Amino acid sequence: MSKPEAVKEPSMEMQKAMIARNYDAITSKHETGRKVSSTFVPGNLNELLMCFDIVNNLPEINAIQAGMRKASGGYIMEAEKSGHSEDVCTYVKADIGQMSKGNIAPNGKPYPNPDVLMLSYTGCYTFMKWFELLREEYKCPTLMLHVPYEGDGHSTKNMRDYIVKQLKEVVIPGLEQVSGVKFDIDRLRQYLRNSAKAEDNLVWCLEQGKVKPSPIDAYFGGVYYIGPIFTAFRGTEDAVSYYEMLRKEVQGRIENHQGPLTPEGTYFNDQKYRLIVEGPPNWTNFREFWKMFYDEGAIVVASSYTKVGGLYDQGFRHDPDNPLESLADYCLGCYTNLNLPTRVDLLAKYVEEYEADGLLINSIKSCNSFSAGQLMIMKEVERRTGRPGAFIETDLVDPRYFSAANVKNRLESYFQMIEQKRRGGGSKTVAA
Amino acid sequence: MRCFIGIDLGSTTTKAVVMDENLQILGRGITNSRSNYDTAAAVSKQEALIDTRLTLFRRALSNVPEVSGKVDDILSDLERNFRHVQFLEQLEDLQNTCIANIKGPRFAGREKVVIEALEGTFSRLRDSSAAQYAPGVKRKSDFFRDLAGAEFMSHGEAVCKEAGLGFDLILNVYDKSIIEVENRPPAGDMEGKFVRALEKGTMTGSSILAPVQSALAIPLEETYVVGTGYGRVRLPFPKEHIRSEILCHGLGAHMMYPDTRTVLDIGGQDTKGIQVDPVGIVENFQMNDRCAAGCGRYLGYIADEMNMGLHELGPLAMKSNKQVRINSTCTVFAGAELRDRLALGEKREDILAGLHRAIILRAMSILSRAGGVKDQFTFTGGVAKNEAAVRELRKLIKENYGDVTINIDPDSIYTGALGGATFAVRAVVN
Repeated sequence: MSKPEAVKEPSMEMQKAMIARNYDAITSKHETGRKVSSTFVPGNLNELLMCFDIVNNLPEINAIQAGMRKASGGYIMEAEKSGHSEDVCTYVKADIGQMSKGNIAPNGKPYPNPDVLMLSYTGCYTFMKWFELLREEYKCPTLMLHVPYEGDGHSTKNMRDYIVKQLKEVVIPGLEQVSGVKFDIDRLRQYLRNSAKAEDNLVWCLEQGKVKPSPIDAYFGGVYYIGPIFTAFRGTEDAVSYYEMLRKEVQGRIENHQGPLTPEGTYFNDQKYRLIVEGPPNWTNFREFWKMFYDEGAIVVASSYTKVGGLYDQGFRHDPDNPLESLADYCLGCYTNLNLPTRVDLLAKYVEEYEADGLLINSIKSCNSFSAGQLMIMKEVERRTGRPGAFIETDLVDPRYFSAANVKNRLESYFQMIEQKRRGGGSKTVAA
Repeated sequence: MRCFIGIDLGSTTTKAVVMDENLQILGRGITNSRSNYDTAAAVSKQEALIDTRLTLFRRALSNVPEVSGKVDDILSDLERNFRHVQFLEQLEDLQNTCIANIKGPRFAGREKVVIEALEGTFSRLRDSSAAQYAPGVKRKSDFFRDLAGAEFMSHGEAVCKEAGLGFDLILNVYDKSIIEVENRPPAGDMEGKFVRALEKGTMTGSSILAPVQSALAIPLEETYVVGTGYGRVRLPFPKEHIRSEILCHGLGAHMMYPDTRTVLDIGGQDTKGIQVDPVGIVENFQMNDRCAAGCGRYLGYIADEMNMGLHELGPLAMKSNKQVRINSTCTVFAGAELRDRLALGEKREDILAGLHRAIILRAMSILSRAGGVKDQFTFTGGVAKNEAAVRELRKLIKENYGDVTINIDPDSIYTGALGGATFAVRAVVN
């Protein structure tokens, strides 16, 4: 028996159509003659790639798509057959495995080989190894933009200049060479103008998590909200329209005192627990995972994952007046490029500002970059805010690492713990 | 009287605790979960209500000057007789079920002799059961399956031999029927059974009979039931009657030792490190993840590997004076290490000591992830009864956290159910 289709809102339908168009653009490379790049989500240079008419393909997103379509398990096993260890990032293995299974895109057509690997390194060490493997496979040029890690919690002018210099001397000439298109900074400025417009509306939407009941779920719903801006659409007119539409939908829910729609098609209004969530979601059991939350009345009012491709809510906007510098700032400020104290500051701030009951961490088994230090983060946020934290463990796209009974047990315990803490003195009679 | 009940449906055993509205424990009951949570919940609850009756008898008898100093004897006599009545009742059910299961080509033409053999076997079982429930006899198990099973083997074999019949024939019927009987919700009429038990007893003087009968007349009203444990969703309760075992163990440990701040629960399927505040509210917890390495079931597996009873592991490990280092808490890997060490000629007790240490090392990791061990520390769950595990735990807690008070209640296996019962009281009284 097939599962009922998830209920989709107009903005989701629009996004679905945008993603489909992008996959068509990627897979019709040979007909259109457009060049294709592969690049990563955090710190991607979408507006810059657009200046060279390069189509943007994101292996991470392809792995997520495979996870949600229940195809990633087979791809991962395939990658393991070719020698990749059990503990390697499952996005990588889904991508590699997919290659050896025909490399078919969600539209049923094969992915073409990329013309360039655009590696903007923003804190994830695996990215470098991943593209090494792809370079070996595709024998195409790799452009590396090295982004300095914000080890002491802030960026300096030096860091920014270093990135701008690389853009000028390595990345832009490299993209010109691959595409045969000459760089036009005014074209970049126009795209950045569109980005900033979309970013304003995205931030507005995400901040509505402060409203009670929250009209958004900033984690399970949030991954849809960030879709266009973090992928191949930032800078496009499509993205501007998408975020205008999303804003109207959220506004409508606020006016009707409604929560977000669940996949079951009901408005999630009876919100008992407000959570901040840190860490990526599990994609293979996404709906089952989400259901564990709304069945118990838990809504996510803010999450760090929705900042993984840019911390817009902290004030950053792409700036058409300083195009290359703002690209540098964007890369530097990605969530994955932040040190642990900065992540703690941000999460503690969310707990306070969004009046959350506590911080829940979904620690990803195969993601050492993101998961290292998360238990420390949780303890420190707990200490600062006085609100309880909880820790669950799943994986990105490896279905073998989602243990439903274990996750559910922990979540229910956590929600009941919050409930018990609220009642507070209820057990005083017990102590007597 | 109003009764508040907590039921902890664990993977191995199901426990129930009955409380009154003043948070006084009236009774405890336990049964094996036997993969049938509905029956396990019903049995454990009934057991706890039987224990509640005994508590009420004790209270009633404490006001009778003539029996002063003899109450313990009277109650143990009463309980023994009650258990015997209960055993006979289940035995009758088993006999009827066995006879009903004699059908099919296997028995064709031999039905009569097989029935006679069964009747003969059960008749001997009934006769010998009195000895099992005689004063001072220590029964090997509280579970019907174990008690009836052992006797069935010896009597059945003898009867079949005398009748010139293959024992396999009735053993097969028995195997099929015991599962049915075991999974049948227990028969009611607890009061009737107590009356029969009283009649069987030697102390039926009116000074005893009247107070016991008045205690029996008190209606036990199930005011509120809270369920916890992995089988909790099976309970026919609304959602608000279900509590996670983490909260129940936290609160249960607090009820046993109000100054508890850290709780370690090693259960059948998982290990939990829990921090509680001064009023028993859970502040933080961590659980084992991805695999149940080092949990109670690990010991069960090792016991099977060594062809020993689970309860024999601890005492044997205590005899060790040279601990073998076992690195693996992965159940299967540990089995491999165990066989390897045995092949190398290591002593069983030394290997077992190493295995106990491996479990506790794993628990220490969960405790440190949960925020360390604070004074007072309470160890709960079935493994708390294992002296070798406790010895390692004490040693490692002292090495890592110094002189913290370590509490281990003899009834620690009931901690989750106790927490559940406390939640039940709170739901109504507060």
